[in-house]
Amino acid sequence: MRYLPHSDEERRQMLAACGLESEADLYRQLPPEVRLERPLELPPGLSEYEILDYFRARAAENVAGYPSFLGAGVYYHYRPVLVDVVLSRGEFLTSYTPYQAEISQGTLTTIFEFQTLMCQLTGMEVANASMYDGSTAVPEAALMAMRLTRRERVVAARTLHPEYLEVLRTYGRSQGVEIEEFGYDAELGCADLEELAGKVDERTAAVILQRPNFFGVIEPVREAAEIAHRRGALLVVIFSEAVSLGLLAPPVEADIVAGELQSFAIPPSYGGPFAGVIATKERFLRQLPGRLVGQTADAAGNRAFCLTLSTREQHIRREKATSNICTNQNLIALAATVFLTVYGRRGLRELAEQNLAKAHYLAGRLPRRFSGPFFNEFVARAAARSPEEINRRLLERRILGGLPLGRYYPELADCLLLCATEMSRQQHMDAVAEVFSGR
Amino acid sequence: MYPEEFRYTKEHEWVTVSGEIATIGITDYAQQQLGDIVYVDLPRVGDAVMAGKTMGSVESVKAVSDIYSPVTGEVVEVNATLAEAPEKVNQDPHGEAWLVKVKLADAEEINRLLSAAEYQSYIEAVQR
Repeated sequence: MRYLPHSDEERRQMLAACGLESEADLYRQLPPEVRLERPLELPPGLSEYEILDYFRARAAENVAGYPSFLGAGVYYHYRPVLVDVVLSRGEFLTSYTPYQAEISQGTLTTIFEFQTLMCQLTGMEVANASMYDGSTAVPEAALMAMRLTRRERVVAARTLHPEYLEVLRTYGRSQGVEIEEFGYDAELGCADLEELAGKVDERTAAVILQRPNFFGVIEPVREAAEIAHRRGALLVVIFSEAVSLGLLAPPVEADIVAGELQSFAIPPSYGGPFAGVIATKERFLRQLPGRLVGQTADAAGNRAFCLTLSTREQHIRREKATSNICTNQNLIALAATVFLTVYGRRGLRELAEQNLAKAHYLAGRLPRRFSGPFFNEFVARAAARSPEEINRRLLERRILGGLPLGRYYPELADCLLLCATEMSRQQHMDAVAEVFSGR
Repeated sequence: MYPEEFRYTKEHEWVTVSGEIATIGITDYAQQQLGDIVYVDLPRVGDAVMAGKTMGSVESVKAVSDIYSPVTGEVVEVNATLAEAPEKVNQDPHGEAWLVKVKLADAEEINRLLSAAEYQSYIEAVQR
């Protein structure tokens, strides 16, 4: 698309047609106190080569190639080259949401594949065509549970990603979601089920639990489901590290599974764009937000795909839609689809096993804060040095350390959240252990 | 076509009263306009409904339409067979496919609704 600014002559003609003297007349009805009475502080326009220079310089500031032990919702995994080969095809890269969806059978086919893969991973019966990201999938799942149960309160684990919890609160303020939190077991680092049981009652729409949780610990999904279901509430299971689904049993006891797919070949790139997903049981289908692609037959009886159950959506149902999400994160979800196709069932399991083995190697050399079972992330107590000092020293060795937890959990101010993946090398993990020990 | 003993709304619901219980459905005209009905969303037993307010929806392959309660009261029964067989609304809208039964709060309310003849001329006017 070309950007063609209006000429002064065109502006004059438009103003004359409106019967106005100047552009300022267009804003006359705005009170002076809300008007900016000066030009915007923008630098003057740059030529094409100046722009390229600028962005090359910014790109050069990146510390590309540093090994990273940061996880906390964004994970450092290998991206198979095939992903970008498929994503950069014009048919996918530049095509916008198809309004006459059935014209785009190729796009619908990839979405159908995506939904199928998501069901296989989560153990659910139906998945939507993707959400913006994991954090927005959390409140959408909560609102879905509220519609299904006609209750207005959700009980969320403190071990849910703290930023997901923030997004839930933001939605909650305007959508009337009452949010209650429950704590974690100080030894194990997983949900305090006793506290949970005390907080679930006949007003609770959903229990929200993340697996693995923010500390990397595997939460007891089955036990939480029993507690929720006993009181007629639903269990929403959240995941932020999708690779864990290659190894952990699908959370079939959950009623809704929602999560983040960044681990599946989506680069961290300053925190987005990512892709999320919501999956559920078929009986809850009509309250599932977002688009759905279904399989059907065309006039000649050939297998074909279509957007289905659109009557739940905003463009048909207006203010009564299940959600105001009326699109999906298609290109990014396609990255996840290609990733899963490249790895396959066995490959994903092997990948998950490597993550597990490396994280457990690293954890074996560090003082672990919690004793609960973990996948590729864990909390380590910084005894000899502060978490910030450890990160500073690691950076000197060109290694990105972990996340100091004090910012989110004051009681864990002496702790770092560390992650090891298939990308972690032994020499770097040994370096982390060395810096931790104070040597 | 439109049973004499029923009362009707301009939103195309019908209601018939026996004692203090009103049975509510949508009209044959409504089901024709909607086309193949695939899902019926009904209130639950115990829910309060208000005359003129939404109490549920019917979904066809192309649209979702709200169902407005013709009367005020409490839902005492819902037609559970529609969950599995929503197509009954197309097949027998004035009989087997009733939607809900409501215990009336005000028996007089029904007199404000349209008679069969009035409804018939209303839909004829709409169609013209």
